[in-house]
Amino acid sequence: MSAVLNVQGVRKRFGGLEALAGCTFAVEEGSITSLIGPNGSGKTTLFNTVTGFVTPDEGEVSLRGEQIQALSPDRIYDRGLGRTFQQVRIFSRLTVLENVLVATSRSSVIKGLLARTRQSERDRAMDLLNFVNIARLADVPAGSLSFGQKKLLEIATILVGEPKVLLLDEPAGGVNPTMTAQIGEKIRELNQRGITFLVVEHNMEFVMGISHRVVVMARGKVIAEGSPDEVRRDPKVLEAYLGA
Amino acid sequence: MKRNRMGLIALIAVVAAVVYPFVFSSTEATTIVFYALLYVAIASSWNIIGGFTGYISLGHAAFFGLGAYTIALVADHLGIPGGYGLFLVALLGGVVAALFAVPMGFIALRLRTIHSFVIVTIAYLFMFQLLAFNLLGVTNGSSGLAIPQPNWSGAFFNMPFYFAALVLAVLTVLLAYWIRNSRFGLGLLAIRDDEDKAAGVGVDTWKHKFAAYIISAVPIGIAGAIYAYFSSYIYPQTVFDPMIDLTIVLSAFLGGMGTLLGPILGAFILQPAQQLLTFYTGAAGWDLVLFGVLFLVVILLMPSGIVPTIVERTRRARVREAVQKADETVPTPDANPAAGGGPR
Amino acid sequence: MNLVFGSVVLGILSGGIYALMAVGLTLSFGVLEVINIAQGMLVVVGAYLSFALESYWHIDPLLGLLITIPTLFLLGFGIEWAFLRPLKQDRVALSILVTYAVALILEGLMGLWFGDNFVAIHAWYVDAAINVFGLYIADIYLIGFALAIVLLGAVYLLLYRSKFGAALRATVQNREAAVLIGIDVQRISTLTFAIATGLTAAGGMLFGATTAFNANSMLDLISRLLMIIILGGMGSMGGALVASLIMLVSVDVVSVAYTPTWSTFVFFALTVVVMVVRPQGLFGAPPARKV
Repeated sequence: MSAVLNVQGVRKRFGGLEALAGCTFAVEEGSITSLIGPNGSGKTTLFNTVTGFVTPDEGEVSLRGEQIQALSPDRIYDRGLGRTFQQVRIFSRLTVLENVLVATSRSSVIKGLLARTRQSERDRAMDLLNFVNIARLADVPAGSLSFGQKKLLEIATILVGEPKVLLLDEPAGGVNPTMTAQIGEKIRELNQRGITFLVVEHNMEFVMGISHRVVVMARGKVIAEGSPDEVRRDPKVLEAYLGA
Repeated sequence: MKRNRMGLIALIAVVAAVVYPFVFSSTEATTIVFYALLYVAIASSWNIIGGFTGYISLGHAAFFGLGAYTIALVADHLGIPGGYGLFLVALLGGVVAALFAVPMGFIALRLRTIHSFVIVTIAYLFMFQLLAFNLLGVTNGSSGLAIPQPNWSGAFFNMPFYFAALVLAVLTVLLAYWIRNSRFGLGLLAIRDDEDKAAGVGVDTWKHKFAAYIISAVPIGIAGAIYAYFSSYIYPQTVFDPMIDLTIVLSAFLGGMGTLLGPILGAFILQPAQQLLTFYTGAAGWDLVLFGVLFLVVILLMPSGIVPTIVERTRRARVREAVQKADETVPTPDANPAAGGGPR
Repeated sequence: MNLVFGSVVLGILSGGIYALMAVGLTLSFGVLEVINIAQGMLVVVGAYLSFALESYWHIDPLLGLLITIPTLFLLGFGIEWAFLRPLKQDRVALSILVTYAVALILEGLMGLWFGDNFVAIHAWYVDAAINVFGLYIADIYLIGFALAIVLLGAVYLLLYRSKFGAALRATVQNREAAVLIGIDVQRISTLTFAIATGLTAAGGMLFGATTAFNANSMLDLISRLLMIIILGGMGSMGGALVASLIMLVSVDVVSVAYTPTWSTFVFFALTVVVMVVRPQGLFGAPPARKV
């Protein structure tokens, strides 16, 4: 197995605060890797850096060998790396189906002006909505969905672009246990189809249940990594959580 | 089925607009609807950037004025007499507006915030007004410019203008309709809801906004030229007029920003209302007060505009039921239709 | 040459007055995230109030501030409470429309009461002048500048030395977070808007004493004030001050050295050029992507 995503010595300062202090790790192709760590350890900043929402001060991020740290979010998405947000983000005034179709509007402006969405794209969008069990809400404004449904919609939206790597920011945050199980199931299913996952999550049961590898961050650095079992036994991890 | 019905209604509306001046042929009757149609075009094209993306331009009157000065200057310098030919020159107003929109859009959209966009666009309007006042050699300053008039007489005089405005309105609404249903339009609407998220799913937000800005300048430029031709004389303060922007925004807003029907409805309510208001209140001052009060009442009572409010009311109950029902079924893992899902 | 130097002095003095008018705009933008289009009109209302007090009851304009500032404070309070607070969704768009509407209503009312004629506020210190390098500068400019410094200083103290100021600055930095740590953002918003409007009364008096005006002056004013806050960087208090000085100095210098006709345009063009190079303005922070 080779690394699909490589983070190498990434640093980012916000004012006097060093959010990332030389962060290095790799995500292996085909894995479900989780990123854990106490609050303020830099997980979300790292996510934002990898996906182009924040430009690192130093260091490299590479996707399959290609450096992406200087690209804008839409370019990074084009290269097969998608993400969800901690606060679920959908286009609330578009319908559920349109939410999924937006991701297909990645053609150039001129082409996009001349082209309508094709039936095949609509079919595919419906397939994705079916996959996350919200197909029957296709024509409803997305803003009126329940929180869990919005999370599922967000995942469906991201899948349109056929990303090879998916970054999920707290997929299990704020949803009920049944929905959490449902989401975990979807992640595993997608992983079996070949999508690599990097997941930030606080729900330890969830993390230990789905991850192949776990990366632990504290104070802007990676302090431990390994299989769920190894990480669980690592004294440094406990220390980081207790010390925080 | 629903689409067919909408198409039928649109067709009836257009036929009604075509028949109207033959039934009500007085100058007053055609003038009022002429202005309403002109504003349908203006508000609908403004809606492409302002309504679809949420980037509210308060400077689109700059394009209106550019179109107006284009027709006046071209007619003057090329010695084109009044007549049907000048309507072709009006099209040039759209071209000029688009040419100016390129650098203007580039600068106004450089900072990715709506606030700074709003202010920069306001500044554009005042800059053009100042230019029109100051470039005496070109614009004749505050003395204004005349546009050659056709020798049509009596009640017929309004007819060509009426139909020019009608054609422009229909084409602009079709343009907006086309964009709304294109992939490009979907990108614009996504920007309105959450610009960064749109970028996150691969929408090139900057190019989308830039293109929308330029496109939206064209019909307004043409409208400005038709207006100038119709009113026969233009001044810096009448064509680079902030009130034009206010009227545009209010029309779009009143009907429902970002909807196709909204600006049409808004223009047809607001234009006649404004004309009557100015006509009956007489004293300058009361019209402003009434206009402002009307404005406030509408915003506070109907913050999303007429069309969305109606749509929302009729569909709310139905949606709520559907969402609840779906929510009940989603969490049960057995109910998963698993489209193309792998083995579990 | 001396004339140019004199115009620089005049520019700095009147720049202080403009800073006083612009700071209201900056405050309400920073705290409420509202572009107050009515600010230009509020300046004119302030000017008309001082004018009315002076010409009907012979109340000295400076003394009259004791009446006009509280009056505009209440007016601002009312506007925020009645029209801005109810806005929940689309605050950016709706607040622009609402404040524009307020401006129109006030413009209409002022026009009805005071007519179209240009008026100016008179007082002995408005009519007396001193000679600065060949340019006569009315005493009111010196008084105005001093008053502006005092009031801006008071705002500074309020912002950086009071509990209210701390809460206000927290709100400017992050509205949501401020709510979370228990700041009554609604109260802060109303008070800020009221204070901003109250300050505008002083700006209005000085404007009316240095410029002939009518209700229609609000358009010219709001366009200048908006350009000032965008050049300075939206929400930046210091930026508003510096940009005011740049504006008035450049306008006055161009007027004296070249022609008054192009003076305003030069400033506008200058600002647009700055926008190309530094879109966030001189002292603004570039917006972060929302994550």
